[in-house]
Amino acid sequence: MALQQTFTPPHATTMSPEAEQKRPPRRRLPVGLRARSAAATGGYHLLSGLLAAVFLLPLIWVALNSIKSTTEANQQPPTWFPQSFSLENYAQLATYGEGIWLYAANTLVICLLVVVGSVLISVLAGFGFARFEFRGKKLLFGTTLLILMVPYATILLPLYIVLNTIGIGNTVFGVALVEIMFQLPFSVFLMRNSFESIPRELEEAALVDGCSTFGALRHVSLRLVMPGVVTVALFAFIASWNEFLAPLIFLNDGSQYTLPVLLVSLRSGAYGVVDYGALQAGVVIAVAPVLVVYLLLQRYYVSGLVNGALRG
Amino acid sequence: MSTTTPVTEAAQVAQVPPPNRPPSATRRSGLGMLFVTPLAVVVTVVFLVPLGVLLFMSFTDWPLLGGPTVNGVENYAAIGENELFLGAIGFTLIYTVLTTIVIFGVSFLLVAVSNARRRGARFYRTAFFLPYVVGTASAALIWFASVNDQNGIANDVLLKLGLTDGPWGFLSTPGQALFTVLTLVVWKFIGFQVLVLLVGLQAIPGELYEAARMDGAGTWQRLRYITLPFLRPTLALLLILSVTGSLLAFDQFIVLTRGGPDNSTITVMFAVYNTAFQQFDLGKAAALSVVLLLALVVLNTVQFKFLRPKED
Repeated sequence: MALQQTFTPPHATTMSPEAEQKRPPRRRLPVGLRARSAAATGGYHLLSGLLAAVFLLPLIWVALNSIKSTTEANQQPPTWFPQSFSLENYAQLATYGEGIWLYAANTLVICLLVVVGSVLISVLAGFGFARFEFRGKKLLFGTTLLILMVPYATILLPLYIVLNTIGIGNTVFGVALVEIMFQLPFSVFLMRNSFESIPRELEEAALVDGCSTFGALRHVSLRLVMPGVVTVALFAFIASWNEFLAPLIFLNDGSQYTLPVLLVSLRSGAYGVVDYGALQAGVVIAVAPVLVVYLLLQRYYVSGLVNGALRG
Repeated sequence: MSTTTPVTEAAQVAQVPPPNRPPSATRRSGLGMLFVTPLAVVVTVVFLVPLGVLLFMSFTDWPLLGGPTVNGVENYAAIGENELFLGAIGFTLIYTVLTTIVIFGVSFLLVAVSNARRRGARFYRTAFFLPYVVGTASAALIWFASVNDQNGIANDVLLKLGLTDGPWGFLSTPGQALFTVLTLVVWKFIGFQVLVLLVGLQAIPGELYEAARMDGAGTWQRLRYITLPFLRPTLALLLILSVTGSLLAFDQFIVLTRGGPDNSTITVMFAVYNTAFQQFDLGKAAALSVVLLLALVVLNTVQFKFLRPKED
C-alpha cells in the first residue's frame, strides 16, 4: 500500500477543472463524421441531462417549495414554480417548538465539538503512530480500525448505559463523544498516513534548534499535514451535522434536539396535519450548510475518500 | 494493511540522533504513548467497554430503567420465537439483496455517463454526487414530501406523463413502500459508488487499452479482460459497503415508512430500537445486536481474506 501518497493523488483531478484542460485537443473530424459526432454529443447530453435532472429535481423542488406561501406549498395539486414568494414557512419554523434557530445552534455546537475533538485526537495519535515505537502500538491501531467493523449502531444500547454511568448521558458532550468515536478509524488512519508522508528531517531540525517535540509538531509538521486536517474536519462536520440516530437516542430533552431529530417530529404533524411548507423549509435549513461546505471543499472530500475511506 | 513499509523502517534505522538531545529509547517510547493517550481513552470508554457491556447485556434480563439479572442464553433462544425479530431479519435480507442489485446496475450507467471525455461530464458527476452529502433523515423527509398523495411532486409527474390517473400510493402497500425506499436509497447513496468506481477506472493505465486496441480487441473484450480484472478489488469493497450499509438500515425506515404498512418494513436495527426503547427490554435487543454484529464481522473477514488478495 502506498503510504507516501500526498493529498492530491492523480485521481483527485477527477473533479478538478485542470483535468479538463490537460486533455489532448479534440481532433478535427471530416465533415460527414462531424455531423455524426454532433448527433452523438446531442444524445449524450440528452441522456446525461435527464439523469442529472432526476438527481437534482428533489433538491430544487424542496428549495422552491420552501419559498412559496404556506397555502401554495400545501396546495393540491402542487405548483412547480412558485406563484407566490414568501418567507412564511421559515417564519413558521422560528416559532415551532422552541424555535428552529435553537435546534440549529444545538446541531452546530455538537458539530464543532466533534470537529475539534476528531482533529485533536487524530492529529496527536497520527503523530504518535507515525513517529514513535511503543508497546501496544499495533494493538491500539488495530482496535481503532476495528470500530469500522463493529458499527456503532450495534453498541448504542450499552453506550447509553456507559454514558449515563460516567455522568454525560443526555448531554451534548456524550453525543459528541460517541460521534467522535465513529470518526476515529478514518481520521486516525488518514493522519497517520499524512505524517508518514512528510519528511521527519524538518522536525529534527526544529528539535536541534531547541524546540520540544510538541513544539515541533505544532510549529513545523502541522502545517505540512494541513490538507489532511481539513479533510478530517470536513468529514467530521458533514457526518455530525447529518447524524440522526445518536442524538435521537442520547438526548431526551426537547430543548436539546438537533435539526434532523426536530425535522422528523415535523413529519408527524400537528393533529395529523403535516405542514409541508414548514417541513421543506426545515429541510433546506438542514441541507444547505452541508451542500455549501461540500461544494467549497470538494477537493478535500474526494481526496479523503481516495486516501482514507478506500484504503481503510 | 501494513503499518510500515520497508522504506520507512530503513529510515528509522538510519536516523541519526540529534547531537544535543540524545533521545533515549524509553523516553521516546513514553512520549509516543503520551500522544496516543487521548485516542486510547476514547476507544476504551466508548468502544471497548460498551462492547463488553453489550455481550454481558445479551445474557441478562435488563429492563431499561432497572438492573440486570443474568438469564443465560434465554435471549438468544427467544430470537427464534420472536415474530418481530424474524420478520425484521427476513425483510432486511430482502432489502439488502434488492438494494445491492439496483445500486450496482444503476451505477454502471451513471459511471458510463460521467466517465465520458466530454464537456459537461464534470457537472453530471457533481449532480450525481450531491445527494450523498445530504443526511439520510433529510433525504427521507424530501421523499416524504415528494411522494405524499395530496401535493407531492412524484404523483404529479406520474399524472402528467399519463402513467396513472389517480394518486399512486407510494407508501400504501408493503411492495410500494419497499419500492419507494429503494428509489430513495438509490438517489441518496449511488453518488458515492459512482465516485469510487470512477477513481478505480482512472487508476487503470491507459496504455493497456491502447495496446489491446492495437491487438484488435473489441470493446467487450477490453471490458472483460482489462476493466473488470482491474476493478475487482473496488467492486468487492463496494459490495461489502453496500451489504453492510443495508443490513444496518434504520434512518430511512423510521422516517419515511415508520415500519409500515402493517409492520412490513421493519429492519433489524429498527427492531433493536423498538425492543430497547419502546418495550424497554435491553437484554433481548442486545442479543439481536450481537447476532447482527457477528454477521457483519463474518462478512468483513470474508471480504478481507478472499476478495482483496491483490493488496500490497
